[in-house]
Amino acid sequence: MSDANFASLKERFAYLTERDSADHLAVNCPAEHLLECCTALRDDFGYDLLVDVTAIDWAAETSPRFTGIYHILSTTHHAYIRIASDCVDDAAPSLPSLAGIFPAANWHERETYDMMGIRYEGHPDLKRILMWEDYPYHPLRKEFPLAGIEVPFPAADVAETANAKVLPAPMMGGPFVSSADGTMREIEPQAKDESWTEKEENR
Amino acid sequence: MKSENTTLGYNSKVEGEVVVTQADAVINWIRKHSVWPMPMGLACCAIELMAVGASRFDISRFGMEVMRFSPRQADCMIVSGTVTYKMAEVVRRIYEQMAEPKWVVAMGACASTGGMYRSYATLQGVDRIVPVDVYVSGCPPRPEALLDAMIKLQDKIGRERSVKNLTAPKAAAAAAALAEKEA
Repeated sequence: MSDANFASLKERFAYLTERDSADHLAVNCPAEHLLECCTALRDDFGYDLLVDVTAIDWAAETSPRFTGIYHILSTTHHAYIRIASDCVDDAAPSLPSLAGIFPAANWHERETYDMMGIRYEGHPDLKRILMWEDYPYHPLRKEFPLAGIEVPFPAADVAETANAKVLPAPMMGGPFVSSADGTMREIEPQAKDESWTEKEENR
Repeated sequence: MKSENTTLGYNSKVEGEVVVTQADAVINWIRKHSVWPMPMGLACCAIELMAVGASRFDISRFGMEVMRFSPRQADCMIVSGTVTYKMAEVVRRIYEQMAEPKWVVAMGACASTGGMYRSYATLQGVDRIVPVDVYVSGCPPRPEALLDAMIKLQDKIGRERSVKNLTAPKAAAAAAALAEKEA
């Protein structure tokens, strides 16, 4: 199949719905059919390279709250497809793992689990990849503040000897913007509010 | 030594000339010209650190070319790069494995303050977990800046009270043992 369009996919996968897209072909796929759909896309439609796995948090009061996003490239037809799959459960979101059919999904899914808290069922080793194992939050969720939240330091013995904590790091007047014209000193990116510089940072 | 005091028992013809100095000066002189850095390369600053070690900038001109990747054989940790909280634990453990006396150089904006990574994942300055002797500004610093910092560190080593530092822990331990015995 040279260029898959939505009609040809719909013929094969009755459960797909078309998704608004500014660029590539994009479809919505129910979570229970995701594995079967991606396997068929890989084997029969030439979508053989998983490029990205990520997720969207639509905010706490929305349902469905989390949507998993997959970008798959066909290296023979040079075309992308974007698959979106809503998580059924808003409180404990989960999706089937694609690590069995695309090995590239392994670390991508670990990252999405780390940042968004979506469990990928059937993943061979689903543990955090960026934050440490005991970290209690998922930082890219909407309710997580940009600065972070105070939590204990990763290792208890190090925390005791070094007297260290994981502290929030507010942007302190940022974002840092550059004014359009002026001297070099003036166009250097700087915070609009620099009052924080006069206070000693709370440690 | 030319002296009228014959009781000294020193024969300068056999044993050569004598330089009189202080223990601190000798110890510091030895230490500062043989710093063994531990390259704690965590991000792009490490590339500049490698440049410092290479022939163009050549850190061996200052007697510091013996970079050791084992903390047990190093006495100056150069933290070059972003320290995440996940890595902070490792940095502290490696620091603790280094033998005394030991020094720390925070190389670049990230190691000094967290730099542009003002986020939930990044330690906001390595001085929150280890004592830092010299901070180097820059993102990343030029190799010359690191060399300047290392020369500053040499000056700092030269001003240390080495003998006192050597005996102070022993004296403190003895005092603690005595207090425990009495109690």
